[in-house]
Amino acid sequence: MGRISITSATKRFETGASVVTALDDVSLDVQDRAIVTLVGASGCGKSTLLNLIAGFETPTDGQILVDGQPIKGPGPDRGVVFQQTALFPWLSVEGNIAFGLTLRANRGKADRQQVVERMLQRTGLAAFRERHPAELSGGMRQRAAIASVLAINPSTLLMDEPFGALDSLTRSIMQDFLLEIWEEQRKTVVLVTHDIDEAIYLADKTVVMTAHPGRICEVIDVNLPRPRRYDMRSEPAFIALRDHVTQIVRAEAIKDTAMAAVG
Amino acid sequence: MLKESASALSPPSVAVKPKDGWRRASLVLQYAVFPVTILLLWQICSQAGFVRRNVFPPPSEVLSVWFDLVTGSTDAAGRYSGTWLDHAWASTWRVFAGFGWGVALGIFLGLLIGLTRVMERVLDPTIQVLRNIPVTAWVPLSLVFFGIGNAPAVFLIGLGAFFPAAINSTHGVRQVNVTLTKAARMMGANEWELLWRVILIAALPSILTGVRLSMGIAWVLVVVAEILAVRSGLGYLLNDAYLFYRNDVVIAAMLSIGVLGFLSDRLVILVRDFLLTWNKRETFGGEN
Repeated sequence: MGRISITSATKRFETGASVVTALDDVSLDVQDRAIVTLVGASGCGKSTLLNLIAGFETPTDGQILVDGQPIKGPGPDRGVVFQQTALFPWLSVEGNIAFGLTLRANRGKADRQQVVERMLQRTGLAAFRERHPAELSGGMRQRAAIASVLAINPSTLLMDEPFGALDSLTRSIMQDFLLEIWEEQRKTVVLVTHDIDEAIYLADKTVVMTAHPGRICEVIDVNLPRPRRYDMRSEPAFIALRDHVTQIVRAEAIKDTAMAAVG
Repeated sequence: MLKESASALSPPSVAVKPKDGWRRASLVLQYAVFPVTILLLWQICSQAGFVRRNVFPPPSEVLSVWFDLVTGSTDAAGRYSGTWLDHAWASTWRVFAGFGWGVALGIFLGLLIGLTRVMERVLDPTIQVLRNIPVTAWVPLSLVFFGIGNAPAVFLIGLGAFFPAAINSTHGVRQVNVTLTKAARMMGANEWELLWRVILIAALPSILTGVRLSMGIAWVLVVVAEILAVRSGLGYLLNDAYLFYRNDVVIAAMLSIGVLGFLSDRLVILVRDFLLTWNKRETFGGEN
């Protein structure tokens, strides 16, 4: 469950007279239960691609299938974790985690109280169950957001720069937290980031994208052993991958600025 | 606020206690200095004869007239003695009747405009044009249409209360965080759940801001309506006393309107705080 196949997906946005091609002829296969990270400079269409898979946008051309089925809008099979945490400010942590399961679409899916309890324990938020989002730190808030998505048990997790707003220490802790969850549940994960270390550390496959128009530049297999450990980042294999990805991203960014300067 | 006073009340040592008393005294002083100065100046000016007493009676006189107005025990208010409760009640129910229909219709149409593009095209231009006609400009037409009595008053008050409620409801719906609606749809919410469990709740702070403005306007318009269209209420009392040259009663009526308006506003705030406990919470730390 959670196999995504993208064939020649193109997305154009029309704003008045001008047409912006956010994604140009992108094809990609995401294996069942794999972690794929999308990395690239801003404007490379990585978030657009995620929005297409989530069903918030429809491709102008091409096709996206999830488990062989075309996407008909957003749905609880594809849980989305946003950069700006999507927690309801009027609900407690507990209420937020339970929210998805109280919807008609998910009725009878699971014992709500049991799921909420498990998620609170798993994310270490049990002591903060009564708190409201505004009373949580950034890291706790993102854990609560992940818990509220995991509660509806999606087969795929789509994450749009989920740790982008966190400080670097909290971010690395959250990366390990995500990997632990993944080791347990083995969901398909598509994660957008602009942090190259993060892109490699988490991934089975890292997709490097380029901007104007958004295209896939290279798909890199990350053959580091799992489970991943924080100290792997200083190992030669990791450093080689990072240098490689950095070179592509930098070269593309420089080319892009040069083009912008000319034209 | 609570946190601050709690830490101020639990000083590290007993020696700080007297300082605490000083702090409280200084707070009381800060609140009292302005109104007390005004009342004193007013009293002095009247008593010293800078203004004629019957033109601008001193606060002591206003207070005794007000007392008689309410209780009817001293006859200081003359022909108005003991009539306060009837007038206050007449004004209050008119305010709430007008406020009630104006706010209910305003929220309903405001939400419709904010939620659907079609209703925005159908309703919004008309409302935007009508909004620019001062409600007082509706007075002649509403008197011709409804005649003298409660009907034109309740109509005018409701009309005034309608616009802030409508406009803030539309605004509230439009400024709902897109990430929240996206998240709800992603989790499987249908249109109905999206409306009742996300959009309306998220729009509530803005809607209630509109309701509060509506209440303020309702008290302005009840005075206008009672001067022109009815023979009861604090606005009528104020105008009638003016015609009989009873400025002490005029001032007592003004202050009565101020007090009732203030209490109505408190009532709206009470309802708001009851509905929006989540909106007042402090942000933890300083992170996003």
